Amino acid sequence: MGMSNIVFLAVFLTFLIFFIKNLRRIISNIRLGRSIDRSDRKLDRFKNMIRVALGQSKMTRRPIAGILHIIVYLGFLIINIEMIEIIVDGIFGTHRFLATIIPVGLYNFLIGSFEILALLVLVACIIFFIRRNFIKIKRFWSKEMTSWPRTDANLILIFEVLLMSAFLVMNAADSILFTKDISHYAVAFSNPVSQLLVPLFDGMSTNALYLLERFTWWFHIIGILGFMNYVLISKHLHIFFAFPSTFYANLDPLGKFNNLESVTKEVRLMMDPNADPYAAPSEPSEATQSFGAKDVTDLNWVQLLNAYSCTECGRCSSNCPANQTGKLLSPRKILMDTRDRITEFANNKRKKIQDNKSLLGDYITAEELWACTSCNACTDSCPIELDPLSIILDMRRYLVMEQSAAPTELNMMFTNVENNGAPWQFPAADRLNWKHD
Amino acid sequence: MTGLKVKTMAEFMAEGKEPDILFWVGSAGSFDDRAKKITRAFVRILNSAGVSFGVLGSEESSSGDAAKRAGNEFLFQMQAIMNIEVMNAYNVKRIVTTCPHSYNTIKNEYKGLGGDYKVQHHTEFISELLSKGKLDITGNLSGKRVTYHDPCYLGRANNVYEPPRELIKSLGVELVEMKRSKRRSFCCGAGGAQMFKEPENGTQDININRTEEALGLNPDIIATGCPFCNTMMSDGVKSVNEGAAEVLDIAELIADNI
Repeated sequence: MGMSNIVFLAVFLTFLIFFIKNLRRIISNIRLGRSIDRSDRKLDRFKNMIRVALGQSKMTRRPIAGILHIIVYLGFLIINIEMIEIIVDGIFGTHRFLATIIPVGLYNFLIGSFEILALLVLVACIIFFIRRNFIKIKRFWSKEMTSWPRTDANLILIFEVLLMSAFLVMNAADSILFTKDISHYAVAFSNPVSQLLVPLFDGMSTNALYLLERFTWWFHIIGILGFMNYVLISKHLHIFFAFPSTFYANLDPLGKFNNLESVTKEVRLMMDPNADPYAAPSEPSEATQSFGAKDVTDLNWVQLLNAYSCTECGRCSSNCPANQTGKLLSPRKILMDTRDRITEFANNKRKKIQDNKSLLGDYITAEELWACTSCNACTDSCPIELDPLSIILDMRRYLVMEQSAAPTELNMMFTNVENNGAPWQFPAADRLNWKHD
Repeated sequence: MTGLKVKTMAEFMAEGKEPDILFWVGSAGSFDDRAKKITRAFVRILNSAGVSFGVLGSEESSSGDAAKRAGNEFLFQMQAIMNIEVMNAYNVKRIVTTCPHSYNTIKNEYKGLGGDYKVQHHTEFISELLSKGKLDITGNLSGKRVTYHDPCYLGRANNVYEPPRELIKSLGVELVEMKRSKRRSFCCGAGGAQMFKEPENGTQDININRTEEALGLNPDIIATGCPFCNTMMSDGVKSVNEGAAEVLDIAELIADNI
């Protein structure tokens, strides 16, 4: 094992350890959420994950963005097979290890496919960049898309363009070195795309070519390792979390909202004529949970997982009737705020800092929450079935049941329902008057 | 309007009988003047098809949909449990309703609280009557352009898209679809308890946005299947271009043509 192999192993392990450490940190943040049982219907959940996350079934509802995304997604999945080879070569000092263990035809097919995909990914990312920054598609420039979310998205696109370019330049240099009869580079491979770059580097000295090949090789692997780690502090985490999010997604009809069990208990007790109002509670030590959500720890872990899974594409908000008519509400912002707050909350908790902040109030205002029509356009349009609506509802529940802070007209509606069983002030005795009109 | 045959569940019980279905009228259908016309139209259809149905009358209470979506889970569950006790006492098995909000909450949310019923929207029910030959469409609206606004709680919330469209087409009209239709339908602005409050500040009211889209197709009729949507779209037509189109429930379209 030479010096470069030891350096490779050290670099590789360092990035891997950082990745695992930070991923576990995010998972422990998600676990700060309340429990929710999504252990049912495992087969349906698995099918949903395969169809929606792996199969990208909801992406093509917007055909241009959808098809470009599928190209980048396939490129990402397939080109990363190359990672196996890079890691083995890096550790053992081999060159194009895969070529020595699989048939030549298959190897050529693989590398050829990687190159074509790399070119497609490169083009797709450039189009994405133009759509965001020059065509300025509206959903990428709304209020919550402040400078960091926009920079984050652009950094990812630039990263991918550089990675794909490095891959193609590496192959071009390698194919020239092959013609120079250097034993290390004695592996032939087909390079349908990178051969177009050969004329650019053909005149270079063997030494310069060697340096170019080594540089792009290292750039590629360190780039991918760095990208993996960057993803953990970026909106781009959906590349991993789309899978658990679709697995644990709500499989019920979108219109069905959960019934709070804690409320059922109290309502049953209230309506039970035999209940003793002065009886001591049967489980005196039970921790009291608030009704609804004030802060992130009042949300359940699926809602927190959703928040980390959102890649800020904005399909939800661009279909939201409130958002599209200029109201403050943006379902995307609800998820972004939830993610930012749980990260802040968990970091402060680790440092034992009490920050006296909460998701409701410091991040999300009541005005945003009251603008929602609960129409489910957001949940329906999310390509990975995230559920910002459930967060809105839980925060409304907190406003109403813990703070009695509903808008006046809604309080009047509640009073009417309580007094006369209808949202308007009409006596129940008049319910059949329509018959005679 | 005379000649409507309507009996309450209590009246059925006094005779020792049980109707086949319960027609859940809903608070809007009971009290809102515009929605009451929809209620009557649907009863005309039920009468004409000879359906055995009962209503709860003064024993019906708000389904709790608006309270729940406004965040008042206590009030919702009180209403739900009360309604379930009444309906279970009458041994109700099947429910049909002209309100997608009641439809959704009774169908999906009452189950966990002890109320398990087969619930249908009136458009699903009328479709069945037609296919069973219990109802004849005699009128013909050919030459009319109709566009259909999908109520969120019928469409996206419960995936009912086709029965309302089949009924509209059965009238021989030209059905023109808005760009945002079916799954992509744009809310009328009344859901989630918005019906009972002023909208938040914005650049436009939601119902205006939707009405402009509908009127863009130059329809004679904007058809809906929800009393709230009906109010929002009627108000919308009044402010965008009064008299440009009629806003009618599918029950009204059918009732006038049998």
